[in-house]
Amino acid sequence: MNSSFLLSASTLCRREIVRFLRDRSRIFSAVGTPLIFWLFLGSGVGKSFTAGPESGSYLEYYFPGTVVLILLFTSIFATISIIEDRKEGFLQAVLVAPIPRSSFVFGKLLGATALGLIQGILFVLLAPLVGFSWHIIPITIVMMALVAFSLTGLGYIIAWRLDSSQGFHAIMMTLLIPMWLLSGAVFPASNASFWMKALITVNPLTYGLAAVRWAMYGSSAAAAMGLPPVTLSLAVTITFGAIVFLASLVMTRRPT
Amino acid sequence: MNKEAAVQVLNLTHDYGSRRALSNVSFEVQRGEIFALLGPNGGGKTTLFKILSTALIPKDGTAKIVGFDIRTQANEVRSRIGVVFQNPSLDKKLTVLENLRYHGQLYGLRGKTLADRVNEMMERLMIADRAASRVETLSGGLARRVELAKGLLHRPEVLILDEPSVGLDPGARRDLWLYLQKLREKENVTVLVTTHLIDEGDRSDHVLILNLGQVVAFGTPESLKKEIGGDVIAISTKEPEKLSAAIREKFSIEPTVLNGSLRVEKQQGHTFISHIVDAFPDLIDSVSLSRPTLEDVFIARTGHRFWEDQ
Repeated sequence: MNSSFLLSASTLCRREIVRFLRDRSRIFSAVGTPLIFWLFLGSGVGKSFTAGPESGSYLEYYFPGTVVLILLFTSIFATISIIEDRKEGFLQAVLVAPIPRSSFVFGKLLGATALGLIQGILFVLLAPLVGFSWHIIPITIVMMALVAFSLTGLGYIIAWRLDSSQGFHAIMMTLLIPMWLLSGAVFPASNASFWMKALITVNPLTYGLAAVRWAMYGSSAAAAMGLPPVTLSLAVTITFGAIVFLASLVMTRRPT
Repeated sequence: MNKEAAVQVLNLTHDYGSRRALSNVSFEVQRGEIFALLGPNGGGKTTLFKILSTALIPKDGTAKIVGFDIRTQANEVRSRIGVVFQNPSLDKKLTVLENLRYHGQLYGLRGKTLADRVNEMMERLMIADRAASRVETLSGGLARRVELAKGLLHRPEVLILDEPSVGLDPGARRDLWLYLQKLREKENVTVLVTTHLIDEGDRSDHVLILNLGQVVAFGTPESLKKEIGGDVIAISTKEPEKLSAAIREKFSIEPTVLNGSLRVEKQQGHTFISHIVDAFPDLIDSVSLSRPTLEDVFIARTGHRFWEDQ
């Protein structure tokens, strides 16, 4: 990595953050919606829920799921900005600047990851309210960063080819939200039927969410919940992030 | 600075699917000149612009900019060209200053050099008082000046502009061209501009006229206009075919029939007008005489008007 790569990637990353901070409605929708879901769904389902013999409240079970939903919303909305960049013309200038395309991809993904992470962190600071310890916060943030990066990469490869943000919303509702629903965010895999279990097992986000749960619950409690092992969860999340990153790079090559 | 041409285009060919956009186009642009790529929309200008600005890889042929190949040395080319797009390329949510600063960083500028260049460009293009304004609040003319400041920030040797005066009012257009001329004279920057406006071709040192992806004419505006034999006479008539045949028979010249009127190129046009009006008073509705323009060159070479396909 040379200095021009880092300078251009950090420039593009900073631009994402500046733009985001200027757009109050985006800040509200990315944290506000999951927060409302968490409060209403968590309190509504209440005691009718059980995830195992030692399971706590549903507000607690659903907390890591909400963290991942915030990451999903923010990271993915940040990658929609590629469609705007293309439409509004900013992208054309970046693509003829003397920078490697990889630094554009990296800057974009890093910026979007940072946005997801900032908002995820704001929410995770509420974790002690539902019984999690303060100490779990730093390791949780590390896991969140991995999940945010891989979701951002996924958003990038979807957004790169699209020319309207409506198209993106359609994909979001039919692919990304179900992916989140079937990750163990809302209900545990252990209670699901066979075919649901199969979908949950092949869903890469299952492992991202599991990594966040491992960080928040600690190994013994997480093992009792029937989650995939921590090493597998990390391996799948990192591999998935690497694959979507490479795919983003390949897609961003100069057209002929 | 080496002696090579600023831009060398070598047998460029490009198509989008089955539609041919450029067909074996070759030309050279010398250093320090204003060079216009003139043609109707769909003529291939924008494809050529995209290829020269390294946004698109051509199907065949290549181009060199200050000696660097756009296919194999894209980054060397990129750091030496300034690109001004037809559609805005500024980030509307950012201020003028932020746009320029970020752009400079993408071109490897930083620290004091960057700050000095940004200030210098804002002074020169008279946008310094709007440094803190978001781009979305600027008028079209001001935004175009910011685009130009951005394109020149890294001191490119060649400035490539795609239809830079589209959407500008006449005053802003004149300012833009005065600035381009100053840039060429004071800093020897080569300016390559695509345009569909005849008078912008006239303001350039050399013009390349493109139609349907092919070069139809190339030269200085004066030399091209000289090729037209003298004056251009346009005759409007209700019976173009009949009048055309009559003129051919009596004066042994071949008029061009265009959209129901006739065009004749002739030395001493004013005396010729009195002859034909005397000869066919009943067939002629009106006659006009003009000095040849680049549009006449276009018509002479392609047999149709500049705007016909619009």
